[in-house]
Amino acid sequence: MLNFSKINIFLIYLIFFLISIFATLNLQNKSNLFIDKKVNLGLDLQGGSYLLLEINSDSLIEEKIQSKVIPIKKLLKKNNLNYSNFKINDRSLSLKIDDKEKFESLFFSKKDNLVNPYIDDYRSFELEYSSLDNNFIEILFSKYGLLSINNSALKQSIEIVRRRIDDVGTKEPTILQRGEKRILVELPGLKDPERIKKLLGKTAKLNFRLVSDNSEFGVDSLISETGETLEISKRIVMSGDNLIDAQPSIQNQRNEPTVSFTLDRIGAQKFGRATTDNVGKRLAIVLDGKIISAPNINEPITSGSGMISGNFSFQEATDLALLLRSGALPTPLNVVEERTVGPDLGEDSIKSGVMSLIVGFVLVILFMLYKYKIFGIVANIALIANLLMLVGVLTILEATLTLPGIAGIILTVGMAVDANVLIFERIKEELKTEKSIIHAFDTGYSKAKITVLDANITTLIAAIILFAFGSGPVKGFAITLGIGIVTTLFTAYFLARHLTSIIVLRNNNKEIKI
Amino acid sequence: MAESINFVSNFKKANIASITIFLLSICIIIFKGLNYGIDFKGGTLIELRTEAEISASSIRSSLNSMNLGDVNVKKFGQEGDYLIKVEQKETNSNDLIPKIKKKLTDNLNAEVNFRRVENVGPKVSSELLESSIIAISLALAAMLFYIWIRFEWQFSVGSIIALFHDVVITLGIFSALSLEINLSIIAAVLTIVGYSMNDTVVIYDRIRENLFKYTKISISDVANISINETLTRTIITSVTTLLALVSIYILGGEILRGFSFAMILGVIIGTYSSIFVASPVLKFFKVSYKTLEKKDEKIVP
Repeated sequence: MLNFSKINIFLIYLIFFLISIFATLNLQNKSNLFIDKKVNLGLDLQGGSYLLLEINSDSLIEEKIQSKVIPIKKLLKKNNLNYSNFKINDRSLSLKIDDKEKFESLFFSKKDNLVNPYIDDYRSFELEYSSLDNNFIEILFSKYGLLSINNSALKQSIEIVRRRIDDVGTKEPTILQRGEKRILVELPGLKDPERIKKLLGKTAKLNFRLVSDNSEFGVDSLISETGETLEISKRIVMSGDNLIDAQPSIQNQRNEPTVSFTLDRIGAQKFGRATTDNVGKRLAIVLDGKIISAPNINEPITSGSGMISGNFSFQEATDLALLLRSGALPTPLNVVEERTVGPDLGEDSIKSGVMSLIVGFVLVILFMLYKYKIFGIVANIALIANLLMLVGVLTILEATLTLPGIAGIILTVGMAVDANVLIFERIKEELKTEKSIIHAFDTGYSKAKITVLDANITTLIAAIILFAFGSGPVKGFAITLGIGIVTTLFTAYFLARHLTSIIVLRNNNKEIKI
Repeated sequence: MAESINFVSNFKKANIASITIFLLSICIIIFKGLNYGIDFKGGTLIELRTEAEISASSIRSSLNSMNLGDVNVKKFGQEGDYLIKVEQKETNSNDLIPKIKKKLTDNLNAEVNFRRVENVGPKVSSELLESSIIAISLALAAMLFYIWIRFEWQFSVGSIIALFHDVVITLGIFSALSLEINLSIIAAVLTIVGYSMNDTVVIYDRIRENLFKYTKISISDVANISINETLTRTIITSVTTLLALVSIYILGGEILRGFSFAMILGVIIGTYSSIFVASPVLKFFKVSYKTLEKKDEKIVP
């Protein structure tokens, strides 16, 4: 075990050198032109916000099932199918139908089916129906129909979340899908997560609806911004989908912050027609079911642009414009988990983490020196090399260092010496019975090998499971602990063994103390 | 370390002590329960710092007027730092945190800095608890499997009993002291599992080796020889690991305190259990070199 070929020695030090050189990249401030790699600081160290958002597709499914009412009625009429008792439920439609067979063939037709499209990806129809008693049937979304609604809502939500966050202008946000219903948002260095949370918490569904008390579409009673109760027609004159731009502006006459908007071509037509037909009436601007304002239509607006006023502060006008620009979320988003760390706490954590690392490191080094003298130096060189390599690997992987991650490094320092302790203790035993010193070292190394491997693999298993199940900071701990084990094995079995071999072989079989 | 210590003669006493403490821990965990943090219970945690001279009770009273449910305020680290925990409630809205901030600033008439805010919803917290339990179970199962492959089932059972012993007693102490169980404590428990296993494996390795070396003597004596032979290593590694952990505990700041405390407990209990729990199990199963011979091929690495 003590004989190294030249090529082996070369490889050992080459690997050590190549990996640990990456550790030094973290020292430079400027980014390097050739290799731009660094250990990232986790949100708990640099400060920032972690948000887990969840879409709620209940209202969306309700909306979608309602949108099926007219196409289904049309289909039934066109094919002379008699029906009665048509009822709209929360998540389904029910009706009584005479000719179920004919209905079925129409309902499940793959050709030009506008009512119930066939989803190729899932090989399933969007809707399905179940038969109840007395020719009653219930139409509802199929499993895959729901899945496809959910997935497209999630994708759309991610896109809109991204637009809103980009618009606020935070640096390097991370926006990822998590599971089937969730969006993970990481915002490093963010000082005030409340504004972002507020922006993401709004669906921002904008509608223009006429104020009228007799509407064939039915009315909603809403309270206006001035406190009066208005009857608002359920018919939507125009929705926020037709907006192509929105900007905050100051209305000069009253110095009041407003939001000016520009419509696309279809929107401009719709808006023009509605305002021309209803001069003198009031038009309510409704955002997420609340009236922002309900101004009088003084004259037709055909230019395709307009202005919303509603006693805003300038910040509110800016945020509203941002929300309108980014578009409406398909469903409301709930913050189901939030973790925010202020930048000053992050700094404190780095300080205390580094401090405890240095102290722990020095204590271990002194203890090993005291215990093993010259071989203590070998173990300590291995320990330093181990740290360098650990940081080097973290840099190569561009891993994220968290506070528990620093704890993992310190723990590695404490546990890394174990490999060398096992070996040295074994050699001591061999020295008692073995006459040849070189031989004692040799058998010591080979006999300790299995134990060292077994012992470290168990810790590695724990680290891997932690990595798989842990979240955020805990994952950072698992990474450093796991990599630490691998670098420990390398430094103990190659670096330290080579250093030991130099000492032992130079010593020329004279007595040696461990 | 020339003279050997007779560990085996103390096995009986140690086992009685272990079983007593183990059962006691289970009772405490069942009857007193674990003090789950917001990670597992849901709720809101705020770490705040203020320059002004205010007391925990003044924070508490101004929060109580907000009707938030169960509110817990305590000092945290240095002067002027407080930790607030608010119970999970259905009615808690997305803008709970700015509301609390405004209330505190108005009521206490002081600038407060929210250094850390954590908010975990009920669904997420139950998922986190579930995945933590799965992670710990999986870790135990993986260890069981590994030892079973590398050794014999008797060793596997012994090491798992030792691991259960360590995990349950650590959690029992946390329960007795009402210390908070959060995600980082779960990380600590998993690391303890790894560490304790590591310690057990080293002794088992030696027992296996010695079973072949001394075929004439009983497993108790073989265990005693093996424990003694590895004792220096056991002590040195525990000491260096504890040195590192104590330095985290003292200097690593409030956030790592619970984690490092759990680890310190775990290292001490894990070291003890490798000697006094894992080894007696082998004696109980009357392990001898014959047990190992059946699967001779496995011993060769």
